[in-house]
Amino acid sequence: MSLPETTVPGLRRGVKFRFDAVRASWVVLAPERLFVPDEPAVEVLKLIDGARSLGAIADDLAARFAAPRAVILADVAAMLTDLADKGAIAL
Amino acid sequence: MTGLFPPPMGLIVELTHRCPLQCPYCSNPLELERPASELDTSAWMRVFDQAAELGVLQLHFTGGEPTARRDLPDLVRHASARGLYTNIITSGVLLDEPLMAALMAAGIDHIQLSLQDIEPENADRIGGYRGAHAKKLAAAQRIRDAGLPLTLNFVVHRQNIQNVARMIDIAEKLGAERSEIAHVQYYGWGLKNRAALLPSRAELDATTATVEAARARLKGRMVIDYVVPDYYASRPKSCMGGWAQRFINISPSGKAMPCHAAETLPGFTFPSVRDTPLAAIWQSDPAFLRFRGTDWMPEPCASCERREIDWGGCRCQAFALTGDAGRTDPACALAPDHAVMAEAVAERGIAPPPFIYRRINAGSERAPVEAVV
Ligand code: SF4
Ligand code: SF4
Repeated sequence: MSLPETTVPGLRRGVKFRFDAVRASWVVLAPERLFVPDEPAVEVLKLIDGARSLGAIADDLAARFAAPRAVILADVAAMLTDLADKGAIAL
Repeated sequence: MTGLFPPPMGLIVELTHRCPLQCPYCSNPLELERPASELDTSAWMRVFDQAAELGVLQLHFTGGEPTARRDLPDLVRHASARGLYTNIITSGVLLDEPLMAALMAAGIDHIQLSLQDIEPENADRIGGYRGAHAKKLAAAQRIRDAGLPLTLNFVVHRQNIQNVARMIDIAEKLGAERSEIAHVQYYGWGLKNRAALLPSRAELDATTATVEAARARLKGRMVIDYVVPDYYASRPKSCMGGWAQRFINISPSGKAMPCHAAETLPGFTFPSVRDTPLAAIWQSDPAFLRFRGTDWMPEPCASCERREIDWGGCRCQAFALTGDAGRTDPACALAPDHAVMAEAVAERGIAPPPFIYRRINAGSERAPVEAVV
């Protein structure tokens, strides 16, 4: 399944994404769950603000990283689906 | 942080063992701690400061009934200000409008509400508190209206297992983000009431199928956590993510343990947060080091490829069922003691025996009409 570019992801109620100084890493804190997202996921999570669309996130990343936008878009879409399945974000 | 064990993820604080309910599967110890022995507000706050410094990320307020502590909003505010993710695990019967407002103002992140069943009468009978179910539904609405995420927790057993599909429906109707269908775990009160609670294999399989189907249907909308009983399993659960690997549990009087049931283990002296800093407990207390990692393991665990997946199962279950906390959890089909699981299943009988309700000086078989906090 593929997400439309207009999808606007947002952190779900009760989910916090913050930097943990003790571990020197970003963490996603959710009800009864927590993840330490990998680096690509951290880049995406930093851009999730409940306003930016999937397409806009891909634009932003494509401008900063050396990969074709289409590839980035597919990666981000897969990542968002995964985060949604884990209950961290709403699509 | 070289040489130090990685910090714990979660701190579970049993603020009090007081509770208006008397669930016969309560995870509290048979020996409940008295109110007079509870840590006071400032002692708890000091513990939360230490936890934040140590690297704890999530703080779970539980009990007993955590809302029976009047200072709960103050404790939430303090923990939240230290960056801890705050979660309350409650039966909901005391969660009235003013308390809800105070918790919101204090910055509570999440509330997990437990329900005993979906049939009000049966739910009240199981919890040993008349009128509890209606109060819980009101609490669920209140949590929703406050804009907080809601998790509904259903503890399932042979006396409500036929309602699992409807439990999930209710969770969906109430707008829960998460629900937990958690089979009773057989320690403490649950073990005492095992014959009254343990479902049959067929009941378990039917429930598992129901949960799988609901998960597929609700994917992306509601997360369903499913916890199975060990009695029909062939591999044990990774209890608490491994002994002293991820969590610290603190009893009302300040005893720090790797899990809430650890007090049942003989030969242990658990440290108190009254006089020992949390970091010292985590890094070097002998009780915490006793079963941490894999060095303590006997065969078949020591050479098993799953040893860092399930960590040899639950130490408390190993002790409860074999008399030795250092043996492989009998839930594992490879364990020398695995036959005790089938024996327990055989003991459950055709009809469940009466409940032994959770209370100080237990023994009564009748659910009380009134409950006192
Ligand atoms: S399991 Fe039941 S009796 Fe035990 S603390 Fe929770 S609500 Fe109270
Ligand atoms: S032998 Fe031990 S480590 Fe292996 S699966 Fe069984 S309990 Fe787990």
